[in-house]
Amino acid sequence: MNQYQLIKLAKQLGKWALIAVVMVYAIFPFYYAVITSLKPSSELFQVDFWLSSVDFSNYIQIFTQKSFVRAIFNSIFISLSVVFIALLLGITASYALGRVRFRGRTTVMLTLLGVSMFPQVAVLSGLFEVIRTLNLYNNPGGLILSYTIFTLPFTVWVLTTFMRQLPMELEEAAIMDGATPWETIIKVFLPLMWPAMATTGLLAFIAAWNEFLFALTFTLTDDQRTVPVAIALISGGSQHELPWGPIMAASVTVTVPLVILVMIFQRRIVSGLTAGAVKG
Amino acid sequence: MASVTLEKINKVFGHTHIIKDVDLEVADGEFVVFVGPSGCGKSTLLRLIAGLESITDGDLKIADGVVNDLPPRERGVGMVFQSYALYPHMTVYENMAFGLKLAKMAKETVDDRVMATARILQLEELLHRKPKELSGGQRQRVAMGRAMAREPRILLFDEPLSNLDASLRVQMRNEISRLHHRLGSTMVYVTHDQVEAMTLADKIVVLRDGRIEQVGSPQTLYQQPATKFVAGFIGSPTMNFMPAKLLEGDADGCRITTPGLGELALPQDASGETRAAELTLGVRPEHLRLTDAQGENSFEIVNVEYLGNEVYVYLEPKAGDILLIHRSEAPSQWKIGQRVALVPDTEHVHLFDTDDQALGLATQRQVA
Ligand SMILES: Nc1ncnc2c1ncn2[C@@H]1O[C@H](COP(=O)(O)OP(=O)(O)O)[C@@H](O)[C@H]1O
Ligand SMILES: [Mg+2]
Repeated sequence: MNQYQLIKLAKQLGKWALIAVVMVYAIFPFYYAVITSLKPSSELFQVDFWLSSVDFSNYIQIFTQKSFVRAIFNSIFISLSVVFIALLLGITASYALGRVRFRGRTTVMLTLLGVSMFPQVAVLSGLFEVIRTLNLYNNPGGLILSYTIFTLPFTVWVLTTFMRQLPMELEEAAIMDGATPWETIIKVFLPLMWPAMATTGLLAFIAAWNEFLFALTFTLTDDQRTVPVAIALISGGSQHELPWGPIMAASVTVTVPLVILVMIFQRRIVSGLTAGAVKG
Repeated sequence: MASVTLEKINKVFGHTHIIKDVDLEVADGEFVVFVGPSGCGKSTLLRLIAGLESITDGDLKIADGVVNDLPPRERGVGMVFQSYALYPHMTVYENMAFGLKLAKMAKETVDDRVMATARILQLEELLHRKPKELSGGQRQRVAMGRAMAREPRILLFDEPLSNLDASLRVQMRNEISRLHHRLGSTMVYVTHDQVEAMTLADKIVVLRDGRIEQVGSPQTLYQQPATKFVAGFIGSPTMNFMPAKLLEGDADGCRITTPGLGELALPQDASGETRAAELTLGVRPEHLRLTDAQGENSFEIVNVEYLGNEVYVYLEPKAGDILLIHRSEAPSQWKIGQRVALVPDTEHVHLFDTDDQALGLATQRQVA
């Protein structure tokens, strides 16, 4: 083995070591949560890195709690609504901002970007008043409204950037074919914007799914809670006991759908659908 | 099929005046080509006809109806874009059917039209492919098919061949020309390539800075360019220009003197010019003869290009730095470094005044 091969081997080893470190760093907490959730509560404070036996009692416990199941459905409904509304508004807004020339377009874009930088706490009390006035307190509508407010700037920004990259002549071709702006958006732009929509939709979904502060503030009763709040409110046998097992089981339950979603959409996100639109 | 009439068409973008007082008649079934250097407003003019840009001032008529305020779909125009702009997510069939479906046509009609168009353009085999699975020439044909499927009264082309390589360009040029003969529809075609313009057009419109410089058949533009700009733009290799001074001239002809060539008697009517006016002599490369150098009339050959069927001889000019070009049938006896005399064929030379306008022929005037 000569020096060149040695260096090459060392480089390979270094690369894999680095990858291993990153993987452990990123995945270990989740892995530990999975393990903890599958242990009976008696073994909770034994530190094991492998499971010797699988115990589903924690899962049975949380799924027999009606409020937790209810919270999952609340979360699904709210997150999907936020994604749908944000994408609908985002697509139409991005058409206006990306395609229609009007005075003050840049100002609107910068305002959007600025708005998205406010911390949640800053608008909490103001938003609370709004939600009370609209009679949306302790109602999924209140959460949908507030999540949409925080998701929309990002959605609009990303979709606008994407919309601008689509060739102008594509829209003009649609105009020549007699399409109205709405038909152009639905039949020409939407199919081409899937990658961007998958990305922004997924991020909106994750943000709405994981949100805690608003969900805690704007809901009152158990039947209106979302998952993060429900998990936080899982209580143990006594005041001094934190029920780690069920908490971990619940956390794993609500994280797995996200992981699956990301895996489904990652191809879409990566694929460049505009290939072949122009030139040859 | 329909005629198009432009009356004093103007277009202003913000504060820049791009199209200036354009008057033009396109007859029913005519193939008209807009040609001019890049940025002269060809595409803008085409887009005004298409309805993709609004007309600032003037009237646009299609088949006698003013269409200024009609959207593209109601004007009955189809357009082929430079980048083709095919819908990437649709098959060839869907691309061509898109406009028909939007017009809410019956499914059978859509099918008939698309199939008929596909047959004309030999796209039948490709109907189920996506644009990214097509070659450049095939995409080009699909783009034409999409524009044709709705059976527009006028077909518009914006530099449709500029993305193709040279040999394919010649082939597609031919196909477009044959298509025009077969369909007989009115076509307006934009290009910056004068060869495309010459080979395709019934009528060429030369544009310069948003104005029409000259309108005419390819022959007219080649043989009787109205301005020095047109003379220099049409024809390849380009016309030779040499400074000339008017010695004397009246309605029957004139005498000029040109550095190197000496005194020449020309058939141009120079009655409108003052004595000693600074003119420009224009001679096409094929209207020059080379002989052995004689005294003042001596030009150095700086390059010789052999093209197989013909030979271009490049000569050092007496004024300016644009080489003079002589063109003749191959073979040629001339060598780099030789000095030769230039003899223009005075029957075919052009004379331009100080404003670059061509002087008319004296004989023409007598006929008129
Ligand atoms: N939408 C527009 N806004 C402002 N200026 C434009 C616009 N479209 C074209 N122009 C200008 O008009 C001029 C002519 O453009 P164009 O018609 O595309 O030229 P070409 O003859 O190369 O096709 C150019 O100087 C261009 O910058
Ligand atoms: Mg152009």
